[in-house]
Amino acid sequence: MIVRGSERMLVQGITGRQGTFWTTRMQEYGSRIVAGVNPKKAGETHCDVPVYASAREAAADGPIDVSVLFIPPLGVRDAALDAIEAGVKKLLILTEHIPVQDVMYFLSAARANGASVLGPNTAGLVTPGECFAGFMPAFSDSIFRKGSIGVISRSGSLGTLICLNLVQAGHGESAFVGIGGDPIIGTTTRDALESLDRDNETRAVVMVGEIGGAMEEEAADYAAGMSKPVVAFIAGQASPPGKKMGHAGAIVMGDQGTYASKRTALERAGVRVLDTPSDVGMAINELTR
Amino acid sequence: MNFEEYASKPLLAASGIDVPRGRLAVSVDEAAAAARELAPVVIKAQVPTGKRGKAGGILPADNESQAREAASRILGMNIAGHVVERVLVEEQASIVREFYAAVLNSPVSKGPLVMFSASGGMDIEEIAKTDAEAIREAHVDIRIGFDAGAAEEMLAGLDLGDSKGAVAAFLVKLYACYCRHDAELLEVNPLAVLSDGRLVALDCKFVLDDSGIKRQPDLQACGTPEPLTALEERGRDLGLRYIALDGSIGVLANGAGLTMTSMDVIAHYGGEPANFLEIGGEAYTKAKPALELVLDNPNVKSLVVNFCGAFARTDVMIEGVIDAWEALAPEVPVFFSVHGTGAEEAVAMLDSRLGVKPYATMDEAIVAAIAAVAASGGGA
Repeated sequence: MIVRGSERMLVQGITGRQGTFWTTRMQEYGSRIVAGVNPKKAGETHCDVPVYASAREAAADGPIDVSVLFIPPLGVRDAALDAIEAGVKKLLILTEHIPVQDVMYFLSAARANGASVLGPNTAGLVTPGECFAGFMPAFSDSIFRKGSIGVISRSGSLGTLICLNLVQAGHGESAFVGIGGDPIIGTTTRDALESLDRDNETRAVVMVGEIGGAMEEEAADYAAGMSKPVVAFIAGQASPPGKKMGHAGAIVMGDQGTYASKRTALERAGVRVLDTPSDVGMAINELTR
Repeated sequence: MNFEEYASKPLLAASGIDVPRGRLAVSVDEAAAAARELAPVVIKAQVPTGKRGKAGGILPADNESQAREAASRILGMNIAGHVVERVLVEEQASIVREFYAAVLNSPVSKGPLVMFSASGGMDIEEIAKTDAEAIREAHVDIRIGFDAGAAEEMLAGLDLGDSKGAVAAFLVKLYACYCRHDAELLEVNPLAVLSDGRLVALDCKFVLDDSGIKRQPDLQACGTPEPLTALEERGRDLGLRYIALDGSIGVLANGAGLTMTSMDVIAHYGGEPANFLEIGGEAYTKAKPALELVLDNPNVKSLVVNFCGAFARTDVMIEGVIDAWEALAPEVPVFFSVHGTGAEEAVAMLDSRLGVKPYATMDEAIVAAIAAVAASGGGA
């Protein structure tokens, strides 16, 4: 999933502390926020946009392309269903600790209605020079500059570090896609890789994965057939098995989700796997020369 | 959160699934009393690990005195690092046939997965190797649910004798139990056909989705908490994820990905991390208690502080670290790498209050931290 500056965005939970702070940052950067949702403050204006009781009511006043949800865990399911019913085709779910059965529920509804979901537990999307959605430091020009490298990350902080390293090495990003740290997410590593492969602005991709699950292995299957170079870093090589490493999805169970499995699959697919994120600039230099 | 057999079975029973009558016992006397009522019985060690039978943690007893002997053998036994503190005393079942059944979250279909096998009693991995034909899977759309028709469809072609209808009804109840209790995994193995024709869940494993705990208040107290060290417990009480490791280099970073990476890069350059501790997300204001936690580990010989601000502001985190540093005045050398949101203010603060300059990269900070451990005389 990639967002464009022309897309009309809704913020569900716009009046909260985080909703307000990040809506303001998004507006400053150029994101086209057209409305917000808070059932208790319908009819008011917040961050210079009208607040509606629901996404459906907001959509009745003008089409919504993207909805960004700043909603507490137990409220996300209904808020997401509201956005899907409103006809929104891109949902960004930033919240961590949503019950997994709720996640499966709104992902099923999204699938049935042709909507895509990014997250949960993601820091969001950045399209440098155009817009961003979520809570990424898009406005920091030491981290995000318009360029031709697509970045996919399960982690916000590590993805940010990779972007910083790219910019320090003289590169810029075509798009940053934070897919989220949960075990079950709407947009997988492979989905994100496909959208960057199709994107004309993107010449090479950096994939930031971590231990747990099998998303990197699935992405490797796709990467094997790509003509654009792919570089990867996988976090968690030094992590003990059987422990959730901060992200609910980052856990090695038995021989499932191991670092070795991911690295082997990626290398077999022709992906350069880095030992440290600091090498990313050099690797991209070599591959895009 | 994992639930042991004794805590899982009541959930099945409440969903209308037949389980053996049983009593939980924490002493030999209690086990004997339960056996008096239920004999012949099976005495089963209650520990959060599989393979109890192979370890000698499950013993039959035909009467009270045998139960006394079996319970005294099992209580106090060490099974895979877990000391047995309680046993489940259950009426013996006369087993004719064993099946396997489970409902779990599938990251592949992004929905519930119902599994059934006409072979049971061993691990599903083992069944997959020896009798893959016996295994059936049904991917469920959680918005539609799983009914008797879906169960019968999934069982089609399996020879289950007279039990087919009962198995289908059982699977529907198992699925309902999974949904009601926010399970991540609900497994019954074996599901047994008894000589009187009843279908009974002889063992059960229930894993509660940690993100579902807040809406399952009655269950929270019944699960087996993850075994934690004293420092890990303190982390949990602070709302921080702290994991104790064996090395000598303390790690304080923000975000799960960056924290894991800090550990990886320490290992890459030949050092050993002392802990995982992330203060990302909403926890980014807790830098001070987090630092105290890291430094209270006596094995820590040097410290890496690695922040890359996105959502979390590095100036807020660094201010917390400086406050803690000034208050604690530790002797351990510290090595900073600070980038991202708020980094300019953070770097200025480090300079003015601690007289310290961060390294240009995480790698340089980590290499310096490893060298400091070597210089202190401790192995990295």
